[in-house]
Amino acid sequence: MRRLFDEELDELDNGFTEMGILVSNVVQQSVDAFINHDRAAAQQIIDHDHDINEREIRLESKSFEIIALYQPVTTDLREVVTILKAVSDLERAGDHARNIAYATIEVKGNTRVASIESQIAQMGQLTTDMVKRAIQAYVDKDEVAAKDLVTINDQLIDFHDQIMRESYDQITKDSEVLIAAMNYNRVAGDLIRIADYLTNVGEWIVYLKTGKIIELKLMK
Amino acid sequence: MTAILETHDLHVYYGKHEALKGIDLSFEEKGITALIGPSGSSKSTYLRTLNRMNDLIPNVTITGDIAFRGQNIYAPQTDLVTLRKEIGMVFQQPNPFPFSIYDNVAFGLKLAGSQQREQLDEIVETSLKQAAVWDEVKDHLHESALSLSGGQQQRVCIARVLAVSPEIILLDEPTSALDPISSSQIEATLLKLRTDYTIITVTHNLQQASRIADRTAFFMDGEIVEVDDTKKIFMNPAKKATEDYISGRFG
Repeated sequence: MRRLFDEELDELDNGFTEMGILVSNVVQQSVDAFINHDRAAAQQIIDHDHDINEREIRLESKSFEIIALYQPVTTDLREVVTILKAVSDLERAGDHARNIAYATIEVKGNTRVASIESQIAQMGQLTTDMVKRAIQAYVDKDEVAAKDLVTINDQLIDFHDQIMRESYDQITKDSEVLIAAMNYNRVAGDLIRIADYLTNVGEWIVYLKTGKIIELKLMK
Repeated sequence: MTAILETHDLHVYYGKHEALKGIDLSFEEKGITALIGPSGSSKSTYLRTLNRMNDLIPNVTITGDIAFRGQNIYAPQTDLVTLRKEIGMVFQQPNPFPFSIYDNVAFGLKLAGSQQREQLDEIVETSLKQAAVWDEVKDHLHESALSLSGGQQQRVCIARVLAVSPEIILLDEPTSALDPISSSQIEATLLKLRTDYTIITVTHNLQQASRIADRTAFFMDGEIVEVDDTKKIFMNPAKKATEDYISGRFG
C-alpha cells in the first residue's frame, strides 16, 4: 500500500540526495580551484556557500514536519532521523570546501611548492571520490559500501601526515614558502574533516539499514 | 521469573470458524502488555478467553490451556466469580451500573458478602484514588455514576475492578470511546497501576501502546506474529508483517 507518508519521504530523500550531489560538486570544485590557483572559481564557491546552508535548513524543517504530522516508527523513523543527522554532516563538509576556497585566495601570488601541491591534488581526488561514494551508498542504501568509507578515511589520514611533515621541512629550508605551506596544512586538514563528516554519513547509512548506532573509526 | 498467566496452544472456534490458531503466550507478573493487530485479528477474542468471558457465546469451542498461577482456568472446579475477581475486565464503553458512584465501586465487595460500612468506605476511597478519580468524585459519591463524564465513568469502572483486589486487569480498548484528555488520564492511571498489577490491554491506538506498554504482542489472522519489548517492536521489529502494520502499510 502506497501511503501519503511515502510521498513525503520520497521528497525528503530526493532533497537529501540532491544536497549530497551539490556538496560533492563543491568539494571537487574547491580542490580543482586550489590546484589550478583559480581565484575566480574559489570566490564563486564562497559566494554560493549559503545555497548549502539553506538546503540544510529546508531538509531539517521538512524532517521536523514529517515527524510531527506522521509520527513515523521503525524504518520510516530511521530514514527521517538519518537524513536529519546526515544533513548536518553534509553542511559541515560544505563549510570545509569553502575554507579550501579561502585558502586558494590567500595563497595566490605567494611562493609555492609543486611537490606538495601534487600530493594535495591526489588527496583532493581521493576525498572527492569518497564523497561521491558516500552519496552513492546513501542512494543505494548500501551498508557495506558505507562501512568501506572508513578505509579511504585512513588513507587520507596518511596523506595529511605526509603533507604536514613536508610543509614543515620546506618552511625550515625556505621561509618564503611560509604562507603557502601553512595553507597546505590547512587544506589537508579541511580534506580530513570532509572525510570525517562523510564517514559519519556512512555511520548513519548503517543505522538506517540496521538500527544500530556504530562508530566506524572504532571498529577497525 | 515465573509467569502469572500462560496460554498454550490456545484455539478458539466460533462454530467452524477458527478465530485463534494456537496461541502460546505468557505474561510475567506486573507491568503492561499491549495486544495490537488489525480488526478481525482476534486479539479481543484472546483477551476475553483469559477470564472466560467467551463462555456465554453460543457455538464457541476452546481448546488448549490457560493457566493462571499454574491452575487451568477451564477446569470444571473453577469458580467463575472468584476467577473474575482475580482477573477483572474493563470494557470499551464505560459501563457503570445505574446506581451511585459509591455503590458501583462497592458492588463486587457486597456481592462477596462484605457489609462492614467502615471497611467498605475505606476500600471505595482507596480504589477511587488508585483509579485517579477520587478528587473529582469525592463530594458526589452518592450521586449516580451515569452523571459523570465518559472519562470519569471509565475510571470509576477501573476503580470497581480494583475494589475486589484483582491480580490481573484486562482492558478491551479502554480509551477508544474517550476524548484525548480523558484517554491520557486513563493512560496515566494505568502507568501508576502497572507496578502493582499485571495489566493486559487491547488497543487500536498504536501510540498508546508505545507510550504505556512494557511489552507488545502483535496479532494477525488469529495468530501471534511477534511479541517483544515495546521498544523493540516499535523501533526494530523482527518480522516484516509487524513493521508493515505499525508503519501503517496495512490494517
